[in-house]
This record gives sequence, structure tokens and C-alpha cells, in this order.
Amino acid sequence: MTQNIERHKYDIVVIGAGGAGLRAAVEAREAGLSVAIVCKSLFGKAHTVMAEGGAAASMGNVNDNDNWMVHFRDTMRGGKFLNHYRMAELHAKEAPDRIWELETWGALFDRTKEGKISQRNFGGHEYPRLAHVGDRTGLELIRTMQQRIVALQQKDQRDTGDAEKNIKVFAEVTITEILKENGKIAGAYGYRRSNGEEILFEAPAVIIATGGVGKTFKITSNSWEGTGDGHALALKAGANLVDMEFLQFHPTGMVWPLSVKGLLVTESVRGEGGILTNTAGERFMFKYIPDVFKDKYADNEAEADRWYVDQDNNRRPPELLPRDEVARAINSEVKAGRGTEHGGVFLDVSKRLSAEIIKKRLPSMWHQFYELAGVDITKEPMEVGPTCHYVMGGVEVEPDSAAAVGVDGLFAAGEVAGGMHGSNRLGGNSLTDLLVFGRRAGMGAANYVKTHGANPVSDATIEKAAARIAAPFTRTGGENAYALHQELQEVTHNLVGIIRTGPELSEAIEKIAELRKRSANISVSGDRVFNPGFHLAFDLDNMLLVAESTAKSALLRQESRGGHTRDDFPGMNSTWRQVNHISSFDGEQVNIKAQPLPVLPKELFDLFDVHELEKYMTPQEIAKGGSN
Amino acid sequence: MARTLKLRIWRGNDKDGALQDVSVEANSGEVVLDIIHRVQATQMGDLAVRWNCKAGKCGSCSMEINGKPRLACMTQISAYPEDEVITITPLRAFPVIKDLVTDVSFNYKKAMEVRAYEHPVDLKPGDARMEQVDVERSQEFRKCIECFLCQDTCHVIRDHEENKKSFAGPRFFIRIAELDMHPLDTLRNRKQTAQQEHGLGMCNITKCCTEVCPEHIRITDNAIIPMKERVVDVKYDPLRWLGSVIRKRDGIL
Ligand SMILES: Cc1cc2nc3c(=O)[nH]c(=O)nc-3n(C[C@H](O)[C@H](O)[C@H](O)COP(=O)(O)OP(=O)(O)OC[C@H]3O[C@@H](n4cnc5c(N)ncnc54)[C@H](O)[C@@H]3O)c2cc1C
Ligand code: SF4
Ligand code: SF4
Ligand code: FES
Repeated sequence: MTQNIERHKYDIVVIGAGGAGLRAAVEAREAGLSVAIVCKSLFGKAHTVMAEGGAAASMGNVNDNDNWMVHFRDTMRGGKFLNHYRMAELHAKEAPDRIWELETWGALFDRTKEGKISQRNFGGHEYPRLAHVGDRTGLELIRTMQQRIVALQQKDQRDTGDAEKNIKVFAEVTITEILKENGKIAGAYGYRRSNGEEILFEAPAVIIATGGVGKTFKITSNSWEGTGDGHALALKAGANLVDMEFLQFHPTGMVWPLSVKGLLVTESVRGEGGILTNTAGERFMFKYIPDVFKDKYADNEAEADRWYVDQDNNRRPPELLPRDEVARAINSEVKAGRGTEHGGVFLDVSKRLSAEIIKKRLPSMWHQFYELAGVDITKEPMEVGPTCHYVMGGVEVEPDSAAAVGVDGLFAAGEVAGGMHGSNRLGGNSLTDLLVFGRRAGMGAANYVKTHGANPVSDATIEKAAARIAAPFTRTGGENAYALHQELQEVTHNLVGIIRTGPELSEAIEKIAELRKRSANISVSGDRVFNPGFHLAFDLDNMLLVAESTAKSALLRQESRGGHTRDDFPGMNSTWRQVNHISSFDGEQVNIKAQPLPVLPKELFDLFDVHELEKYMTPQEIAKGGSN
Repeated sequence: MARTLKLRIWRGNDKDGALQDVSVEANSGEVVLDIIHRVQATQMGDLAVRWNCKAGKCGSCSMEINGKPRLACMTQISAYPEDEVITITPLRAFPVIKDLVTDVSFNYKKAMEVRAYEHPVDLKPGDARMEQVDVERSQEFRKCIECFLCQDTCHVIRDHEENKKSFAGPRFFIRIAELDMHPLDTLRNRKQTAQQEHGLGMCNITKCCTEVCPEHIRITDNAIIPMKERVVDVKYDPLRWLGSVIRKRDGIL
């Protein structure tokens, strides 16, 4: 039967056509290798198109004090020093070149008065640093690289008569398995979403660039693609995930109407004066100012209101506390019964600003609420609540080559890779992460293929992968994938969400294991032709592994840091900062082990004021002053 | 708030199909895509629909709602009277794969036919300087989310399969215009190829494409008409054509 399967041979298979995957493919192709790009959606529609704010790179176009060292420091602080220092360093150093390179491929960023690429301020970045195109920066990235790939294909057309000879996009194909022979990568296996037919890629190197995991949660800003496929594929192929307990919850996602649950409400709404209130009409953020921020944030309304006109003599309104603080506060209000019936709180700009100014300063937000929710934000408050936005954890990689630790021939880049952002990602750092490490993964894989050569896939391996795809159709009257997905989302939302406790996490782990058992019995109605129920069965399997990995890592980490908050262990702990949690899969379940975090080398250690480092590091680490 | 909504959804494949009546619960504030998802989860597990972002940003969920090309994720059910039956059909200009999903590969073929951006060879990365006003003209066209609603509605190809070969469609007219107005692109004669190779002449400026564009790109006014005018200029004024060699980027031609 393996004879009838659609087969392709390439040097490299890239799974994912978001920013990371496309950048990797361009690099590998330019290194002279043949590349297949595989993605679940149509070409040019990956989740990256949703990114709005911008791409962080210290070009210094707006403030020339900016440089890679300042960016590096900001990134480490944002991640509460749990970042892999080498990734943060490479990212900060190479981001400007990656942005400028896009311009040579036709990208059109917004400009400064001098005609350079404009840069905007964002939370956690010391200087204006985000290159942007209005509020559609992600789309510009995708379109530019999509068109770069077309340019390479046109060149091949002219040179060889075959546009798709060296680089080809396989859109609407889901990879269900990464294949290995003799312990090394040999290819990937999946199905065409349009007709359910199976497809085999033989390739000695595979780059995973599958993005995030948001759909594991009930409320998320992510598109449907964010089902953690790459995380799960990597685990099953024998790679590790690092620090899966860290998830970024953005404080303001829409919660109502249902139609837009989770959709992002940009931070600028609060920046422009939006206030948060509960159903009792109380402006509750004043109750949630942590001690460390007391001198920077106003503790009364009068002062907070004055700040908008006089920022020198007043403290900031507490609505502008860091993302994790605001998210936790909203969560507490709702848990205490002061939330709206849809589980959110009110965010209101209509009382402070005139309709005209709101439409001018927040055009896309006005549009988003008006078109999608029928809410006129110039007249009524928005209902908002935390939304699962980004996963910091991901595949453990070698920073320089993006090679997955432990599996020869496997690489990972973008949101699916771990380490770069530590326990919390700064806004804008993801888009440049995609470019910097996408390129490095392309190079890494190209170098690997040049030194290793082909690794054919055996029939036995193919048969195993094919059997798994056929399975849901062989069962009748089994579980419904949609219902199981909803149950999983309830579990993660209620027990592994923004505030966690030991007992709840233990309960989650049990429930997820139960769901995994039941999911083995999913049956699918209809046939293989574009069948979403069938598609979900595979996505769900991945989400279950991701959820297990997150819950188990979260249970072990007995501290609160960045995107991981333990009610029973509040506060950061310097000893825990030295620990990475490594997830691996034994075929039955996910196991977690603690591994020492790579130590900051002296030259990077010395970029910081030692008093700042004292807040994060143990006295022994400070005394040592870096690794060499 | 919940009400029962009557839908007529086209189900079928490339060979045949028919409208099917469904009743489904709907909540206020929901969009058509929510309703389709509810039908999927509760009544038709294998109902095919393409979508991705559910935020009007990716252009995947294009279909025809009561005969109008629209994004399902940006179409509120409250826009339709309570007792109205909403009819949902796949894009008419493209072959059906299944139910609401069509084969839009035509558009990717056309994309391949438009010659790519060419950067000045001697301009190093980071050295480009452009005025905001100059990039804005092309930026308008780069807002395109490739939903292909404009392609679907354009009468030149909507019911005329035979025209597809020689007609790129509005989406690619704005792509050519974008490159033509790009302050740095060095490839010349884009307007002429729009006419000669991409079928610009077949467009008779009905503006239907502009009307359906969810990004409100002024396809006809800002891309098609200026290109048509300039093509005319270029065709009949050899002196200006000569000038274009040097001055193309000054927005003269
Ligand atoms: C609303 C929103 C706004 C954001 N704004 C910003 C911002 O302003 N700045 C910033 O830096 N970051 C921002 N982010 C974060 C950033 O957009 C993402 O982290 C980033 O786009 C992820 O890119 P990626 O290339 O890793 O993957 P994605 O863009 O998610 O692409 C994943 C690709 O993998 C494919 N894929 C997945 N699984 C499979 C499989 N099994 N088989 C085949 N293909 C598969 C998908 O089809 C897709 O093509 C934002 C995120 C959201 C949700
Ligand atoms: S204006 Fe031209 S391109 Fe647009 S719909 Fe009419 S004929 Fe088609
Ligand atoms: S021009 Fe408008 S209608 Fe046409 S594909 Fe682009 S976004 Fe869609
Ligand atoms: S799903 Fe992306 S535009 Fe509708």
C-alpha cells in the first residue's frame, strides 16, 4: 500500500509558513538546497499576519542611544533572567539586519522624517524600537517573504523552466508525524486537508516552525492554527521542550460578545486613558499595586487622572502596570464575583475622551468593536479579560544553529522554539525572533544536510504513520473531537490558567490524562474530503500533550515568575531562576526534569548594574560574576 | 438573547451539490462564521469551511452570503432581519472543493506571473531613505489580505472561465500598481505589462471590486484608473515615454 502514497524528496522540509518558516525556507534555498514548505492554511495566511504592533530591532532610527546591548538588557529583564542568554544576545545583535533585509525584498515600513524606518515605543523597551507598518506589521512580514519566495521561483522558472524545482509550498497539508530512520531525521508524514490523502516527504532535515499553542486554552488571541503541533511533533520525535509552564496572558482580550472571545484589545487603549472597573463600579486597580511599584503608580483617582496632563508631577495610573500584574488583578476581581456575567471587567475610554479623539487615536480598536461586536466604544465600555497570547516555552535548541537538542537533523524556530524569551516575552520581540532564528535554522539545516546526505524512509515507518491517520475512521460511536476539545479548554482555563495552585495543577494532570485516554477513541463522521472533524482529531492529540507538559512543569515550579503565577508560592526565588524544566515524552506520558540554566558569561554579566542582578541572582552567582 | 436562525448552506463537491436547510441557535453579537462553527460542532461534523484568524486579518473565510462576496468572520448576523433565511454559498468564480471551500489556486498562479520587486543593486541594506507620503501610495495596496473577494466579484471572470487565462484580476492590478508606485523598484514598464500581459484592458471600471474589498482599498480609483491613464499617455506620447526612463520614480508618469 505504501506505493500509492504521494511522495516527495527534498533536502529540507519546513513545517510552517509563518514568519519563522518562510525566513528559514528562503535561507535554505539560497544556500543551494531544495526546500518544501508545508502549512495547514493557504500560503500567506499564517497566524503571523495577526501581529500588529511591530518588530523590535535596535536600529536607533528614532533615538540613537539605542544599540544591541540596551535591547539585550531589556529582553533579559522582560524574561526575568530566565532567558537563554545566547539567544537573547544573537537576537539583539542581528535584529536590525533582518529588518533592513526585508526592505531589500520590497517591504515598506513607516518612515521617520529623515526617511528612515520609523520605530515606536512599546512596553519594556527603553527606546522607541518597533519597526512597524501601521497596525499590520505581521502582514507586511508575511507578504514580503511570500513575495520573496515567488521571486526565487520566478528565477528558477527562467533558469530551469520549472518554478517549483527548488522551492515549493504545500499549502493545506497537516504534518502528523516526523519520521526517523537509524535515530536520525528522515522526513515527515501527513495528509492533504482538501482530500484527506496522505503525503510523504523524504528529507534528511526538518525545520519545525509551527507557532504557538493558544487553542489549548478557552480564551485566546491566537488563530486556529495554534494547536501546538510542532511542540508535540518534536516531543514524539525525541526532542525536548523547555519551560512549558510559561504562558503569556494578555490582560485585555475581548470576552463578549461570544463572537470575539479572546480577540486582542491593544495596550494602547489603556495608554490613551482607558480605565478598568468592576461590576460594583469600582476602579479596582488601586488595590493591586505591588510594593515594588508603589513609588511609581498613583494610589488615588485624582492623582491618576492628573497624570494624563502632567506626567512629571504625578504617578502613573495603575491600569498601566505590567501586563502580568493587570491580568492577575482582573482575574482576582472575576473570581471574587465582581466580574461581568461573561467573566470579564469593564474597560472604558468613552468617559475620558471625546468620540472624535477615540476614533482618531484608536481607529482599529473602534473598528474592531464596531464591526465585530456591535459595540461603540465612544459610548459604551468594553468587556475585557485575560487572553492566552503567547507561549514562551518550546523546543530546546542550540542557539546558533537552531538545532533541536538530542535529535540529529531536527531544527526549530519561531514561537515553537523555547529559551529566547525566558519567563515572559516583550512585545515586538517575537517578530524579530522569527527572522533571526528562522534564518539561523535555515543555515543550520543547510549545513547539516551538506555534511550528512540522504536518509531514506523505510516502508515499516510509512505504514505506522499511515495507520495512525486511518484510525479515527475505523471507529464508530466513539468520542466527539469537538466536545473533547471543549472539555480540555475548560480544564486548562480553570486549573492551569493565569493563577495556579498545587492541588489544582494535580487535578489538571489527572483530568488531562483521562482526556488523553478518551481521545484514543475518537470517531469521525463523513469521509476524508475537507473534513474539519477529522482535522481536529489530530490537532487535539497535540494540544493534549502540550497541556500535559505545561501542567506538569507548572506543578514542579514552586515560585511565581513572568508567565507562571503560583498562588501557593508567590514571589520570585533566585534558586529557581537557575532551573529550566525539560519535558520529554516516553511514548506513554510526558516527564519533566530540572536542568541548570546556562550561566551568563562575564562579558554579558558586566552589561548590567550588579545591584539590578542582585534582585534576580543568588549571592553566590553575584560573587562569581559570570561564567568565565 | 438566543434565537433560532434559519440557514441555507450549500453542500456538495466539484460534481454536484445543493442547498441544505438548517436551524441553529444563535446569540447576539455573533458572526456568520460562529454560526457555521456551531453547525459543524452540533449537526454537521464534516461541514467544510476555510478560516484562520477570525479577526478579518487573514482573508481565509471568503464566501457568498445572500449572494454577496463577504468575509464570514466579519459579517454579523444582526445585519439580517430576524425572520430572514440566510443563504451561504461558496465563491462562485472558483471551482468548489467541498461545501464552502473553493480552489483558489488561480490566484496563486496569477501571483507567479507578476514580475517580483527588484531592488536597486547598489543600494545597501539600511541605506534606503523614503518619504512617508511616497510609501503610503503603495502601502494602501499592501493592506490587501488576499481574500480574493474582488476576484470573485469581477464580472470579467465571474462567469467567464475563458477570460481567466488572459486576465489577472483586480487583486493583481493593485499588486502591479503597488510595484509601479514603489519608490525603490527598478523594473520598468510595469504599466505596459499590466495592459499587454495581465489584461488590464478588459476591465471596464465597474468598481464592483472596490465595493467588496474588506480593507477598503480603492482598487479602481487609486490603482486601475491611474494605470489605465498612464498606459494611454505612454502609448501615444513618445516624448514622455523617453522621459520615463529617468523620471519614472518622480511620480511624473
Ligand atoms: C493578536 C496578536 C498580535 C501580535 N502582535 C505581535 C507584535 O506586534 N509583535 C510581535 O513581535 N509579536 C506579536 N505577536 C506574536 C507573534 O505574532 C507570533 O508569536 C508569531 O507570529 C509566531 O510566528 P511563527 O512563525 O512562529 O508561527 P505562525 O505564524 O503561528 O505560523 C505557524 C505555521 O505553522 C503551520 N503549521 C502548524 N502546525 C502544522 C502542522 N501540523 N503541519 C503543517 N503546518 C503546520 C501553520 O499552518 C502556519 O503556517 C502577536 C500575536 C497575536 C496573537
Ligand atoms: S472595476 Fe475592473 S477589475 Fe474591478 S470588478 Fe470592475 S471590471 Fe473587474
Ligand atoms: S484587494 Fe481587497 S478584496 Fe481584493 S483580495 Fe485584497 S483585500 Fe481582498
Ligand atoms: S478568518 Fe481570517 S479573515 Fe476571516
